[in-house]
Amino acid sequence: MTSSQFRDWIVRFADEMATHRTELTQLDTAIGDGDHGTNMDRGMRKAVERLETLENGDIGASLKAVGMALVSSVGGAAGPLYGTLFMQMGSATAGKSELDVAGFADALDAGLQGVRARGKAEPGDKTMVDALTPALEALRNGGDLAAAADAAEQGMKATIPLVARKGRASYLGPRSEGHQDPGATSTYLLLRSAAEALGPQQSNER
Amino acid sequence: MKKLINGPDDVVREALEGVEMAHGDRVRVHYDPYYVVRADAPVQGKVGIVSGGGSGHEPMHGGFVGPGMLDAACPGEVFTSPTPDQMLEATKAVNGGAGVLHIVKNYTGDVMNFDMAADLGKGEGIEVEAVVTNDDVAVEDSLYTAGRRGVGITVIAEKICGAAAEAGQPLAEVADICRRVNDQGRSMGMALTPCITPGSGSPSFELGDDEMEIGIGIHGEPGRFREPLGPASQVVERLASAVVEDLPYQSGDQVLAFVNGMGGTPLIELYIVYRELHRFLDGRGITIARNLIGNYITSLEMAGCSITLLKLDDELVRLWDAPVNTPALRWGA
Repeated sequence: MTSSQFRDWIVRFADEMATHRTELTQLDTAIGDGDHGTNMDRGMRKAVERLETLENGDIGASLKAVGMALVSSVGGAAGPLYGTLFMQMGSATAGKSELDVAGFADALDAGLQGVRARGKAEPGDKTMVDALTPALEALRNGGDLAAAADAAEQGMKATIPLVARKGRASYLGPRSEGHQDPGATSTYLLLRSAAEALGPQQSNER
Repeated sequence: MKKLINGPDDVVREALEGVEMAHGDRVRVHYDPYYVVRADAPVQGKVGIVSGGGSGHEPMHGGFVGPGMLDAACPGEVFTSPTPDQMLEATKAVNGGAGVLHIVKNYTGDVMNFDMAADLGKGEGIEVEAVVTNDDVAVEDSLYTAGRRGVGITVIAEKICGAAAEAGQPLAEVADICRRVNDQGRSMGMALTPCITPGSGSPSFELGDDEMEIGIGIHGEPGRFREPLGPASQVVERLASAVVEDLPYQSGDQVLAFVNGMGGTPLIELYIVYRELHRFLDGRGITIARNLIGNYITSLEMAGCSITLLKLDDELVRLWDAPVNTPALRWGA
């Protein structure tokens, strides 16, 4: 995985946020405050703009810049959480111009730890942690990025029957059952974009 | 959706420009990033007080910037927490060398963004303390939720802490007073209608013409339960008994009673609510020593109200009565 591929990942994720903006907002309207798609779309546009002003080559610097852009433009809960995810991944990959799957797993692990520390969420609380955790497990068990994206998708779907215990959805209690978590959904899209941009089929193209 | 706006993406900026044009004698507005700050900030030697939150709750918080209350307020997008860089810039702008207090409503986004801002502020050598308000008794199960929300008591805390800071009290004392106000305050709200954010254009929840939602938050989120529409006396009975029994407020207590409109309810109805609350508290031997009635922490055009009680002591009464000079709250100045 080269630094160019990491940039491609960010651009693809930004495209996904624009494409799924309405869907994410609808999911958030059901159990939150109806702004997840709008906020992530706004934030990822800023992140891509920020990357365009940055010299390519250092994966860590790029991921940190994405994190900073998200923290300063998204607001809500998603800003600090996605911002922390990218900033921690950036710290774990500082100075690196290439990464293998194990290195990506280490970075994702650092990101997940950061998200859990910032949001105090445990697996099963109906949050983005429920998509990140199985994705990391898939990588640790020798899976590739496609397997990680599949695991994130399973984790996302598994949030449907859960009762939310964090964030604004938690105030609904049992009324949050039967709804897919918007944060887990955007996280699945993040890992799907990663599989597309960083997966083995792309490695010879760039 | 009918709204008096030019475009949904321009709502926050254009409202801030209006605030600056109207109240430029008392406040300045910064646009990149957004924050409203006292015209005379930083006041040397005085603790700075910063609050913030999503827009759509006007006059909170920007309307409470001025002598005797907030030094700065950070507005986010509608119903979206502001970002740490806004809070950091506001913190730097009001730091007069005596430290800065962040008053944060307990909402997941607000708490996380202010956490990051406090870290950044400390990194720049500014003494920062944060107090999180969580007075909403409608949230019954704090263990399995994000905890009780910060609502009406936030307005009261901003006024009282502002007075303490203005009087020259140090950061630790101002923060202690803030915690005491939060500890002795309880609130609960209700809605007759949902609200519509300019961005989404559709109601935040569905509520029948003959229904009301009890225990709402301030972002159009549904509440504890819904029931058939009842008279004001029944609404107050529901809200006030939950509030009174939670602390609990007892016979002989002196309280500040705050009847707040959610934005779409006329004052004539809020005064009927106050009448019912007065009678309810009288019946329990609780005396209203101070009151505040009006639209102060709103939820866009939502119709409904919230009730906040604060158990008073001599110090809190003195701080409440001290002069305040902000666009939305002004007396003695």
